[in-house]
Amino acid sequence: MAKSILAHDNGRVGRSASARTRETGLKIVMTIVFLGVGLLMVLPFLWMLSASFKNAADIFRYPVQWIPEKWDWYNYRKVWTEGVTFGVFYWNSIKITFLQVVGTLVTSSLAGFAFAKLRFRFKELIFLVYLSTMIIPSQVLFVPRFIMFDQMGLVNNHLGIILPGMFTVLGTFLMRQFFSSLPNELLEAAKVDGAGYWRMYWQISLPLTKPALVTLLILAFTWHWNEYENPLILLRDRDLFTIPIGLTSYMDENGTNYPLIMAASCSALAPLILIVSICQRWFVEGIASTGLKG
Amino acid sequence: MKWTEKSKENLAGYLFILPNVLGFAFFILLPLLFSLFLVFTEWDYLKGIGGITFTGFANIERALQDEMIYKSLKNNLIFSVVSVPAAMLIGLLFASALNKFVYMKSLIRTLIFLPYMSSLVAIAVVWRVMYNSSEGPINAFLRSIGIDSPPGWLASPDWALPAIIIMTVWTYIGYAMVLYLAGLQGISKDLYEAADIDGASGRQRLLSITVPLLKPTSFLIMVTLVIASFQVFAQVQVMTNGGPMHSTSVLALYIYTQAFEFRDMSYGATISWVLFLVIFAVTMIQWRTQKKWQNQF
Repeated sequence: MAKSILAHDNGRVGRSASARTRETGLKIVMTIVFLGVGLLMVLPFLWMLSASFKNAADIFRYPVQWIPEKWDWYNYRKVWTEGVTFGVFYWNSIKITFLQVVGTLVTSSLAGFAFAKLRFRFKELIFLVYLSTMIIPSQVLFVPRFIMFDQMGLVNNHLGIILPGMFTVLGTFLMRQFFSSLPNELLEAAKVDGAGYWRMYWQISLPLTKPALVTLLILAFTWHWNEYENPLILLRDRDLFTIPIGLTSYMDENGTNYPLIMAASCSALAPLILIVSICQRWFVEGIASTGLKG
Repeated sequence: MKWTEKSKENLAGYLFILPNVLGFAFFILLPLLFSLFLVFTEWDYLKGIGGITFTGFANIERALQDEMIYKSLKNNLIFSVVSVPAAMLIGLLFASALNKFVYMKSLIRTLIFLPYMSSLVAIAVVWRVMYNSSEGPINAFLRSIGIDSPPGWLASPDWALPAIIIMTVWTYIGYAMVLYLAGLQGISKDLYEAADIDGASGRQRLLSITVPLLKPTSFLIMVTLVIASFQVFAQVQVMTNGGPMHSTSVLALYIYTQAFEFRDMSYGATISWVLFLVIFAVTMIQWRTQKKWQNQF
């Protein structure tokens, strides 16, 4: 009796162990396949990286020499030291994005709090007007904004990009959703204790929405860091350019000097790729939790 | 006069939304109204404000007869109809594999996700060189596997749009995959175990559990990507600037060309409302059919 139970158990363990081995085998094969897929996905980046160290004669040699015979830093020296350098583009991009992101966090969380937790007249109407403009594509705003900014001297001026970037309907909507999820009792208790509205926002609600703020920060960063149309339309002088239009200006000027253009592309992409790789969990969660396209 | 609690809350509410409302009014609402006004004018921009004349429906009539708008619209449609389903399908396949069948999940996810996070402009610059028809690495590879006359890609009117679509799908996949991965987390493992007991094949599990339960996710991805794809601009402007022979012209690029290269502000504004109407109509159709679509599987 005891023996047969043991045998039976052994049989079960044996079966599930072999199933597990099969599963592990499948997983290893799939891992190798998908490492290949992942490699294929980043192949253009790898090609860019290797091409940026080559000279014009070698860049198109086939089969591709993924690791250059000799590392030619000439292209990078040129991109980073001659004329208006990538350092300038970087400084402009960092400055503009930083102010846009900070502005977005401030205006969105203030308004989101009020829309979620305060009662005031016309609140629903104002919010409805907000939401109804979300369907309008940004292209509709480019022409009128350019004309308005031209009249106000904001063309060829960083302010013309920073100021509109500090307000987003989407960000306000997101923050409103997050604030709405906080229990009303919390604020009522604070009110009984004599807290003013500012304290309810700053000391009580805001600390609880830290995850939401991080999400909005990441989204706003991805919206603005790669922004192309606005700077393209509004900026004229090269020393005001951000990274994307700085890069296309390189492309326009250097036509077929492909290694130089690849060094410029690499200079434009590398830091972002580094940041996304290190903080990938946050980026993935920020996009997955909101469904928003960057 | 003593402040009542209610008027205090009113005032607080207005103060909290004030910075946002000011920005909204000035940078969104006012430009929208101004843009609508522009549609009914002709503006010789070099003459300043004095160059505005009221022309009624002239811009709209011009737009209705403008072949470039139809051509751009057609390209937009092809672009969306091909790139969105392709990215969703590949994204779903990748996500279902990554969800269960691989080790080093976060590394692989990051690799697939990187193109989506990268600057579209920088990517377009790189692909433009890779697509080089005579010497680029893509055609060199195709020749090496025996295709003697590979496509002319960006230089060919037939292949330029497909070339841009391929590159765009490559960037969209990461977005679709990340959302599908999040959707898959929400599906209970019990369902799959029950399917295992019933002896369901992998394909059956995918088609009768995964796909139906991911419908809300699919709908979200579809709506977002369709809206984004109709606004396609950067990759087209960098890679072909609408050419060759207008074969890659899209509405957003046509707006840019008219308004900022030809300085025809009124007509640029008019086309931008065409783009709005198209996106609006397409989104409405998707919402309307959502119910049917949800029950179809």
